Amino acid sequence: MAKMRGALRVGLSVAVLLGLTGCAGDFRYNWNWSILACTSENIDAGCIGPYFFWILEGLSWTIAVASAAWVIAFPLGSVFGILRTFDKPILVVVPFVKSPIYFRTRAIGTSKGIIWVNVAWFLHGFANVYVTIFRNVPLLVQLFLWYFVFPELLSDEAGMWVKREMPLPEFWTAVVCLGLYSASRVAEQVRAGINSISRGQQYAAMAIGLTPVQVYRYVLLPVAFRIIIPPLTSDFLGVFKNSSLALTIGVLELTAMTRQIEEYSYQGFEAFTAATVLYIGVTAIVMVAMRVVEGRVRIPGMISLEAK
Amino acid sequence: MNETKDTTGTDGGGMIEMNHVGKWYGEFQVLSNCSTSVNKGDVVVICGPSGSGKSTLIKVINGLEPFQEGTITFNGVSVGDRTTNLSKLRSQIGMVFQNFELFPHISIIENIKLAQMKVLGREDDEARNRSMELLERVGLSDQRDKFPAQLSGGQQQRVAIARGLAMDPIAMLFDEPTSALDPEMINEVLDVMTELANDGMTMMVVSHEMGFAKRVADRVIFMDEGYIVEDCSKDDFFGTPRGDRAQLFLSKILTH
Amino acid sequence: MESGGFDTHIIFHSIPFLAKGMLLTLELTVLGIGGGLVFGTLLALCRLGKFRALAFAAGTYVNFFRSMPLILVIFWFYFLIPLVVGEEVGAFQSVLTAFIMFEAAYYCEIMRAGIQSVRVGQAHAGQALGLTYQQNMRYVVLPQAFRNMIPILMSQAIVLFQDTALVYVVGLSDFLYSADIVANSENRLMEMYITVAIVYFSMCSLAQFLVRNLQKKFAHE
Repeated sequence: MAKMRGALRVGLSVAVLLGLTGCAGDFRYNWNWSILACTSENIDAGCIGPYFFWILEGLSWTIAVASAAWVIAFPLGSVFGILRTFDKPILVVVPFVKSPIYFRTRAIGTSKGIIWVNVAWFLHGFANVYVTIFRNVPLLVQLFLWYFVFPELLSDEAGMWVKREMPLPEFWTAVVCLGLYSASRVAEQVRAGINSISRGQQYAAMAIGLTPVQVYRYVLLPVAFRIIIPPLTSDFLGVFKNSSLALTIGVLELTAMTRQIEEYSYQGFEAFTAATVLYIGVTAIVMVAMRVVEGRVRIPGMISLEAK
Repeated sequence: MNETKDTTGTDGGGMIEMNHVGKWYGEFQVLSNCSTSVNKGDVVVICGPSGSGKSTLIKVINGLEPFQEGTITFNGVSVGDRTTNLSKLRSQIGMVFQNFELFPHISIIENIKLAQMKVLGREDDEARNRSMELLERVGLSDQRDKFPAQLSGGQQQRVAIARGLAMDPIAMLFDEPTSALDPEMINEVLDVMTELANDGMTMMVVSHEMGFAKRVADRVIFMDEGYIVEDCSKDDFFGTPRGDRAQLFLSKILTH
Repeated sequence: MESGGFDTHIIFHSIPFLAKGMLLTLELTVLGIGGGLVFGTLLALCRLGKFRALAFAAGTYVNFFRSMPLILVIFWFYFLIPLVVGEEVGAFQSVLTAFIMFEAAYYCEIMRAGIQSVRVGQAHAGQALGLTYQQNMRYVVLPQAFRNMIPILMSQAIVLFQDTALVYVVGLSDFLYSADIVANSENRLMEMYITVAIVYFSMCSLAQFLVRNLQKKFAHE
């Protein structure tokens, strides 16, 4: 059967690949690393374009998209994450309205005719809905929605501005999309970090008279953010890697540039290798930097914050 | 709230008044019809089997746990009232926890300073001086710049007591303050508590340390399955406990 | 119903075509999970095993693939596989290989974390009872490890399902690409992309719901 043969072939190629990693000579492929050094158009040297600068430019765009998206994702995700840990009601009385009947739900209710609204319930619910929506639609689909569908939903004038007139429309669309998506992941980490702190800490902070805001500000968040440095680092690296999706709407970031070099020179593997090395390099730098940060903020005497 | 009426000394009641308090976790009732009164300067030890509701009983007093039935007043202020400023109320009641619950990310002295500055609005110098005074009192002034995890359990618990005292509370609540400690550290904590009691602090202590109760307590409350079963003077309790459960509990505890 | 703004007719009209795309998406997901699990288990065994060289090789492999964007991996294999096999094999096989190689790195890490999440005391207790290494693994460590990692493996499966949309970049007719074809040929981008989003959202939410229930069931046992 065709399917079986296909699967067999995949298995075979995986095996061959594993066996031959490094034995590039077995491929019928002419390696020409010098194309990576092309700084100007020079047909004799196989340079149809300044490939070297293309790659550098691609790397810059990749870093720009990822950084700008993180600037959105980190604060927004932190807020949503914090909202998702609200488990105590925050009651706000609706002014000037009296209720003749008695009712009580988790969201709203009455007490002696006064109507109250549990703000915590709505905030918590809103954050939950946000995370559910952004996590359950593939990022690429979200990107298309932002790029192709979102301008259509606006008024003609605003839609036109988003599509054409605003500076770097593809770039900013990718940044906003990636930022909002990644915020849902950051929210998960922040929530998990706060929830991993023992309940007793919260009680102790409340017992000395701190207000709920102060409990978060001085006790829960400083510890939670320390705990989640490793997962947040991998979330940031996720943003960095996911920025490659921006190529589908025309942002010439690193992966797009290597694809373009492949199309121009037919020397795709050299370009892919260069990109791979750069992705791994940036990842390594970020990881080392974050390990230094983690060491700097480590709490003396604590072996593992999560252990307790 | 904000108007803290001083009712101590008047014959209207004690500093802490609990009337018919009931509390549920879903279907499960953890406190049933609990009433008691603690006067200024009283030291009350609460004991009972695990799961009897003792910890919950003291956590409802400063509003850490909500309750559904009855009333509690602290110094004339209703704890269950929705309009009560709980943060302000709590700042007048010190609390010490089973697992110390010092804040791990700040040093010992910062632990004691935090609420003084953020809640009472004391200046840095004033808070520091008060903190050093208290660290001196619990015998840990040389540890001020260490972090909680660098201290032994007994030391941490003494710091936790100092943290509570730093707010100049008018009452202290202790939730099994020695049950997470290694045996050789229990006394250093009990000594601090005894001294505090002798100074006239109003205290409610959940504890199985019957030696401490015999030495220091004015009254003993015995709880079982969410009910206050015994609430009597120390001498009555250790002399002739009336209920079978209390008898059984005491025999188990004391033969250990 | 047809209106100037939102044309639902085109959606119903293209259901058979979209269904074919979804079939390919699911096929890719199932084969990717299967292959990724097998290969990922192998990697995890190497990483936790006694042979230093193998452990190092597996560790390098995992870090390598986890540093790369999936799109770049797809490009790599799209061009590489035909060269390795020596003939044109079609986009599906290339992309599937890419998914298996890529996901295996993640599955490996999930399994490693699962095994390491079992407390050392448990293994010691097993040893103290006189269980052999194999018995200890089989009856004490692995059952606990497995329970810990099942929900995460399931979530990763949902991630893989979403990731398959990236085959768009090599023009393989999965669900998204099929919708894209209709969207562009009929000039109905809004209708098609919104439909795609709703379908993905419903399927992922349903899967998430099932995973959560399963998790609860495991927690109760």
